[in-house]
Amino acid sequence: MKKIFTLFAMLCALAIGGVVHAADTPAAKLYFDTGKADLPADAAKAVAPLIDQAKSAKVKLQVSGFHDKTGDVAVNAELAKKRATAVQEMLVAGGVPADMIVLAKPAETTGGGDDKEARRVEVAVFVADAAAPAAAAAGAPAAATATPAPVPNKGDVAWMLTSTAFVLMMSVPALALFYGGMVRSKNVLSVLMQVFVVFSLISVLWCVYGYSLAFTEGNAYIGGFDRLFLKGTFDSAKGEFAMASTFSKNTPIPELVYVAFQATFAAITVCLILGGFAERVKFSAVLLFSVLWFTFSYLPIAHMVWFWPGPDAYTAANVVDATNAKAGLLWQWGALDFAGGTVVHINAGIAGIVGAYVMGKRIGFGKESMAPHNLPMTMMGASLLWMGWFGFNAGSALEANGSASLAFINTYLATACAVLSWTLGEWMFKGKPSMLGAASGAVAGLVAITPAAGNVGIPGAFVIGTAAGLVCLWGVNGLKHMLKVDDTLDVFGVHAVGGILGALLTGIFVSPDLGGPSVVSDWVTGKTEYPGYLAQLFIQAKAVGVTILWSGVVAFVSYKIVDLVVGLRVPEEEEREGLDITAHGESAYRS
Amino acid sequence: MKLVTAIIKPFKLDEVREALSAIGVQGITVTEVKGFGRQKGHTELYRGAEYVVDFLPKVKIEAAVKDDMLERVIESVEKAANTGKIGDGKIFVFDLLQVVRIRTGETGPDAL
Repeated sequence: MKKIFTLFAMLCALAIGGVVHAADTPAAKLYFDTGKADLPADAAKAVAPLIDQAKSAKVKLQVSGFHDKTGDVAVNAELAKKRATAVQEMLVAGGVPADMIVLAKPAETTGGGDDKEARRVEVAVFVADAAAPAAAAAGAPAAATATPAPVPNKGDVAWMLTSTAFVLMMSVPALALFYGGMVRSKNVLSVLMQVFVVFSLISVLWCVYGYSLAFTEGNAYIGGFDRLFLKGTFDSAKGEFAMASTFSKNTPIPELVYVAFQATFAAITVCLILGGFAERVKFSAVLLFSVLWFTFSYLPIAHMVWFWPGPDAYTAANVVDATNAKAGLLWQWGALDFAGGTVVHINAGIAGIVGAYVMGKRIGFGKESMAPHNLPMTMMGASLLWMGWFGFNAGSALEANGSASLAFINTYLATACAVLSWTLGEWMFKGKPSMLGAASGAVAGLVAITPAAGNVGIPGAFVIGTAAGLVCLWGVNGLKHMLKVDDTLDVFGVHAVGGILGALLTGIFVSPDLGGPSVVSDWVTGKTEYPGYLAQLFIQAKAVGVTILWSGVVAFVSYKIVDLVVGLRVPEEEEREGLDITAHGESAYRS
Repeated sequence: MKLVTAIIKPFKLDEVREALSAIGVQGITVTEVKGFGRQKGHTELYRGAEYVVDFLPKVKIEAAVKDDMLERVIESVEKAANTGKIGDGKIFVFDLLQVVRIRTGETGPDAL
């Protein structure tokens, strides 16, 4: 993911003020004969590199016509325009889309070292902007072209707003229903309540200090306080919105939608942990733990994995090292995590199992029936998670583009594969294909494809999804019994195990040889280069290791602090009676 | 007077009720119950956690009848609730000492 902040300088203000400059140093000059607009013989050769650049890097070309000082001013101006038009037609013939060419009338159309120099057309790379070329192409007099502040694409903004709402739906109600159905009927409200309130609590903290610490420049481990209370994201006096960068140059989105999008990620991550110690935890302990772990584990991990200055900061080769140094530690290592394999799932899964360990088993664990009380609720939750996850994963492209489409189909396909593999595995090894198994398989597939979503191709989705169903089936059966921990809702077996699997396989299937989009090695040009299977796998493994250690230590210390301050567990009597009545004073069902 | 109590499979309730109505039984009381007999329970598996379910759901029906109807009532229930498989249930018959219709104060067979 990304981030950098560019202030939104209004294009129109520049235009009205008449500020005019050439887009760049001219990249090609074509010289014309006196009074003629016929293309010179060497024209095609001179603009060939620019045509290549326009087609591969998707940059616009600016074409400006000039004339010498001899003759009538109006005739000359017309001549300069004709010359520019001729060059424009040649560029179109060369394969440059018409809307990628900007005809720009210079403020002074005469000029040059001599008359020969003056009778020219300049072609230069133009910094993309949607509004100016229309005016210029229409021949508006005195059309001014500045290097404009990029305007957000409305499609991108609409998609990100939609995605954000989708990810909110993943917590409330989807995760709450998924979890709520799996506990006993005496505890269902406590789980729904914990998810609902923790989601709200983290969302508030996110806007107070969380966003600032995760997504502003600081050091390699944590950000700074520039955006406390979202300060500076909206200038109400000027009506200007701060911009956040995406993965494409000059393609910003309003920072506020990025704040909201990331808020839903932070909040659902903390909610995921709740499954590890459900049915026995004190409500006050849940709240205090959430604040501590969010602050000291989620925020640093998110900063380390996702914070970087954004593609626009990479303006030239000589600034690359300095720009890289501003990014988070794991980003600098080259760790790939499209939508949160490390930040969300491993992070939460580890905190969940540490909680289950510190808190101890539920009373009667292994002796009394603790069967799920409402599997239809769990199935509805899993289904809504699947839907919401399109916002989570495809939204993490931050643009409505090809990368988002890739993440979308991978999220779709890997999940379906995992449902099938879990179901078949359970059928073969456990006797019957269960609804809980299919729902769990869907979540396992979603978790595993999360770090991979936009980082692998279709083959990766098939393999990662299928593997996730089988490995997580083992995670909640074999591995869970080996660990001898009462991880109530298998936060570890599904989220940590699936997250680790996905994070590692992302390093393999990002390879272009396996259909992946490869790794961007140079943000100045957008060039990609895959470092090799072992090299990328090693980077991924290091990122997984850092996350496990960091989250594990922070979670352990946080639980101990909470235990000292308010106590972690409810008394035995209250646990037997159920948390709905004892903690919240209500019951879910009446007969 | 006799009190006939039958434990039957839940999906047989409608057939039994119709059979009893057909021979003139004026009313029955139905309760959802759980229990075990020779059918025994089953096991359920949730993500590797196995639970033995000992008690199976059954329906208990109770009907108070005049002595001369007893044989026909037993026969009707037996026929309607029979599937031939284990777990079809049982019929218990008790002597009934007194019956009172609360609305009118009638007692004995008149109250049935």
